[in-house]
Amino acid sequence: MQQPGRAAEIKANGIGKSFGSFRALDDLTLDIGRGEFLTLLGPSGSGKTTFLMILAGFVQPSEGRLFSDGIDITDRPAEQRAAGMVFQGYALFPHMSVEQNIAFPLKVRKKTASEIKRRIGEMVERVGLKGHEKKLPAQLSGGQQQRVALARALVFEPGVLLLDEPFSALDKSLRGQMQAEMKRLHQETGTTFVFVTHDQSEALALSSRVAIFNHGKLLQVGRPDEVYDRPANRFVAEFLGEINMLPVKGVRPADHGATGLCEDRAVNMRCKAEAIKGDAILAIRPEDMSIAPEASANENGIAATAVASTYLGAATKLDLTTRQGAKVTVSVPNEVAAAALSKGNSVWLTWPAEKGFLLPDGGQ
Amino acid sequence: MRGILSDRIGAALLMAPLLLFLILAYAWPFLGVVKWSFTLPTPGLGQYHALLTDDLVQSVFIRTLRIAAIVTVVSVTAAYAITVVWVRGSPVQRVLAEFCILVPFWISVLTRAFGWVALLSNRGLINTWLQSIGFISEPLTLVRNEFGVIVGMSHFLIPFAVFPLASAMRSLDERVLLAARGLGSSRMRTFWTVFVPMTRSGIIGSALIVFVFSLGFFVTPAILGGGRSVMIAELIYLRIFQSPDWGLGAAISVVLVVFVGALMALLFRYVKPKQLV
Repeated sequence: MQQPGRAAEIKANGIGKSFGSFRALDDLTLDIGRGEFLTLLGPSGSGKTTFLMILAGFVQPSEGRLFSDGIDITDRPAEQRAAGMVFQGYALFPHMSVEQNIAFPLKVRKKTASEIKRRIGEMVERVGLKGHEKKLPAQLSGGQQQRVALARALVFEPGVLLLDEPFSALDKSLRGQMQAEMKRLHQETGTTFVFVTHDQSEALALSSRVAIFNHGKLLQVGRPDEVYDRPANRFVAEFLGEINMLPVKGVRPADHGATGLCEDRAVNMRCKAEAIKGDAILAIRPEDMSIAPEASANENGIAATAVASTYLGAATKLDLTTRQGAKVTVSVPNEVAAAALSKGNSVWLTWPAEKGFLLPDGGQ
Repeated sequence: MRGILSDRIGAALLMAPLLLFLILAYAWPFLGVVKWSFTLPTPGLGQYHALLTDDLVQSVFIRTLRIAAIVTVVSVTAAYAITVVWVRGSPVQRVLAEFCILVPFWISVLTRAFGWVALLSNRGLINTWLQSIGFISEPLTLVRNEFGVIVGMSHFLIPFAVFPLASAMRSLDERVLLAARGLGSSRMRTFWTVFVPMTRSGIIGSALIVFVFSLGFFVTPAILGGGRSVMIAELIYLRIFQSPDWGLGAAISVVLVVFVGALMALLFRYVKPKQLV
């Protein structure tokens, strides 16, 4: 975080934080790569914001060490770390113009007037605020304030940019626009981005890696497709999107993965069954299941009855109940859903073996 | 609709006794004072003319403004420091600061003025102590002059200066201060370039309150000034009760009330009444 213009590499080693008897963060070890876009995802109170505040230097960890480019920065105060930071609600200086806000970190660093002027010009151009330089934050829209906050945090070329739920105050269309803009800024600056959100679609859309938190613990870190398709546990699976959970019995290793019994039918999984044996949960995303009139013996499938549908425009969400009473939701083309409902009786739910994955039975 | 109407009537009824009291005890007698200023001893603008030409009256006016200005700077600065501790200090510091702010309200202005005399006079605590440690050989003149008046008035007014400042500091977004530090600004720099400018409305409100209060001070300057540092309120008293010059006394009062009224109008343009408590 100390070398301007160069993306930082951060290492968190066994970081923990307690507030009185409340354990906000527990034994967190995580490497953040140079120039990476890492999202910290989790519900409120999961520890993700505490970790961000520890990275910024606003909160001192109760235990563990923090390294930036190999240097221990655990005891370094916030103003000497100077990670760029964008706060929830932007935290712009209300008594300063857009220009003065962006100039602030440069003035602190005693840059020359001509350099400050040049860098403000570049930054204002880059975030699309040309013509607003003399305005006060109160005279700007939410999206514009967001841009000022980004410009102010990036203008001194910090090694890492920390973002605390920056889009939570914006409406949906503006959110999409700002997300695209942030992705562009990440590519242009090459800086390490650490982004906090509780919105799983935002996390999956933006990040190079996602770290999922719950109850102060880091549950899983991985590329968006990894955590979505191969969640480490039930919490991660459910938090990242809707998912169907079916009990499977007698799981054992088989060719190319595992096999077991689901509602008295043999089903095949591509994932390894070494860790999980006996009874388990088979998890399948709604969009990975299809409706068929029949299922052949070597195909994964269970019989179910359609009970309700929700029209979503591009597709229909269909709720079904299996013979043994499990509730399943699938996302299918509109006409398929209509046909399944009108038949009123049994249809087959099928899925490719590589789309189902095993989670330990019960608990997380 | 009926609810709002009856609420308004209820509110008016609750305020009526105070309003009536203010009209009978202040507004009505003041109109009498205004009348005197134009009629005593002879009808006309004579007293206002005298006010503009009388050297004594003018020097007292200038001294009053000067003392009020110095007291304002001293009180607001001291109050700012106490308020920072009160609003942003540790729990123990907060309790201590609150104690320091509230206790003066329980002690009468007269007691406090005599207290300062006991501290500051030639044979008072401060002079005796400084002499006994050999720091000075002759007592310092700390009272019966402007210095004494400024000390006594500032002491009285600091608690009043605290409330508008506290209100401004409490409404300040903590994240803005964190943002400044995160951008590399030291605590000192953050205080001067972010915290102080963001509490500007509190500073203006606090300064105007102290200044307006200072203009009308009577007891403190009378005791601590010892007749050598006469302020406007004392001059009015002298004109009414000692040299029977009621017309001039009335004219000075009218000018003071109009001036204070104008300052109050200015005050409420900058700050809302609820920011002052």
